[in-house]
Amino acid sequence: MSTTVDARGLSCPQPVILAMNQMKSQGSGEFTVLVDTDTSKENVSRAARSKGWEVSAIEPEGDGYRLTLKKG
Amino acid sequence: MKMRNALATPWGIIGVGALIGILAPLLQKWGNPGNMGICVACFERDIAGALGLHRAEVVQYMRPEIIGFVLGSLAAALIFREFRPRAGSAPIVRFILGVFAMIGALVFLGCPWRALLRLAGGDGNAIVGLAGLAGGIFIGTLFLRGGYSLGRTEKMHYTAGLVLPLVMLGFLVLALVFPAIAGEPKNDILFYSLKGPGSMHAPLIVSLVVGLAIGFLAQRSRFCTMGAIRDLILFRQTHLFLGIVALAVAAFIVNLALGQFHAGFAGQPVAHTMHVWNFLGMALAGLAFALAGGCPGRQLFLAGEGDGDAAIFVVGMIVGAGIAHNFGLASSPQGIGPHGMAAVITGFIVCLAIGFTMRMRTA
Repeated sequence: MSTTVDARGLSCPQPVILAMNQMKSQGSGEFTVLVDTDTSKENVSRAARSKGWEVSAIEPEGDGYRLTLKKG
Repeated sequence: MKMRNALATPWGIIGVGALIGILAPLLQKWGNPGNMGICVACFERDIAGALGLHRAEVVQYMRPEIIGFVLGSLAAALIFREFRPRAGSAPIVRFILGVFAMIGALVFLGCPWRALLRLAGGDGNAIVGLAGLAGGIFIGTLFLRGGYSLGRTEKMHYTAGLVLPLVMLGFLVLALVFPAIAGEPKNDILFYSLKGPGSMHAPLIVSLVVGLAIGFLAQRSRFCTMGAIRDLILFRQTHLFLGIVALAVAAFIVNLALGQFHAGFAGQPVAHTMHVWNFLGMALAGLAFALAGGCPGRQLFLAGEGDGDAAIFVVGMIVGAGIAHNFGLASSPQGIGPHGMAAVITGFIVCLAIGFTMRMRTA
C-alpha cells in the first residue's frame, strides 16, 4: 500500500513541503499526492524531479489531480 | 483536455519577468511616477485614495493596472479552465496580513515589484529594502518549516470566485463614468490628485491593456516576487527567482535606454533614505506575504482565478492603505510618518503571533 499525501486546499508552498517531507521520510518507492490546483500540480512535479523522483502518473481526480511519484 | 503550460517552464517565467521589466519602465515613460511603472502596493493605495478611504491628496487615482491584473488573470483562468472558486482558509487572518503587508510596504514606499524597479532605476535604498524583504521572508520560511498553516480552502459557489473580479470591473466602470477633469480634485464620487504621484499616470487605456496582458501571463506563469525568494531559501529552487532576475535586468536595460537610470541614495523619486525603516518596513511586508502565500501581485492573480482568500488579502491591503495614510503610518520622501515606527513594531508582534500560533496537522 502506498501512502497518500493530501495537499488539497493548501496555500503555496505547503503542498511542496508535504511532498518533500514524504520523499525524505520514505527515501524511495512510490506515493500519491492529491492537489487541487494546476499550480500545485506543477510545483510538486518540479520539486519531485529536482529530488530525483519520477512523476509516473498525473490523473484528474475530482476538481484536482492525483500525482503518483516514484523512485528506485 | 489540458495542454502543456509553456509559461510554467524556466524560459516561460524568464520571458514573463523580462516582459514586465520592459513594460514597467515604459509605463513610467508614458506617465506613471518615477521608478513606479508598476507598484502593486502604491497602486492599491492610490485606489484607496480615489475612493476616499484616505484623503492624502497626492495619492488618489483609480489605477487601471490593478484592475487589469485581476481581469487578465480571470481571462487566462477561464480560457485554460483553471478558474476554481475557493475560500475559507482563515480569511480574517489573511485580511490582517494584508493590512500589515500594506503598512510595511508604505513605510518602505513600495512593494517587492517596485523594490525591483527602484533597484533597476538606480535607487540604492532599494538594496536595503530588498535585504529587508529577504529577511522577512526568511522568518516566514522558519514558520513554514515548523508546520505553519492557515488551513485548507473549500470549494465555493462559482459566483463567489467572481466577487473581486466584479469589484474590479465596477472600479473600471467608475473610472470611465467619472474621469479626471482638468484642475478638479474630484469628479462625483472619485477623488483625483492635482499634484504628486497620484497625478502622474499613463493614459487609462494603455495602463489597462498592459495590466490585462501582465495579469494574463502572470496567471499562466505563476510569477511571484515573494515566492521567488522563499523557494530559493526553502528549497534552493531557482525557478521563480529567474523571473525576478529577468524583471530587474530588463528594467535596468530599458531604463538606461530611456535615460531613466539615476544611481544614488538621496533625491530618488518617491523614496526616503532612512535605512533602518526601509529595511524593517520591507521585512514586515515580506513576512506578511510569506505567511499569506504570495506577493501582492500574486494575490491579485490568485483572486482572478477564483481564490477568495487572496481576494480578502487584497481588500486588507486596500483598507491597510487607508489606515496607513489616515493615521500617519505611511512614509513620504521626507522620511517615515509620525506613527510609522509604532506601526511596524505592532505589525511584527501581530505577524509573529500568527506565525507561532497557527499550525495545523495537515497529514
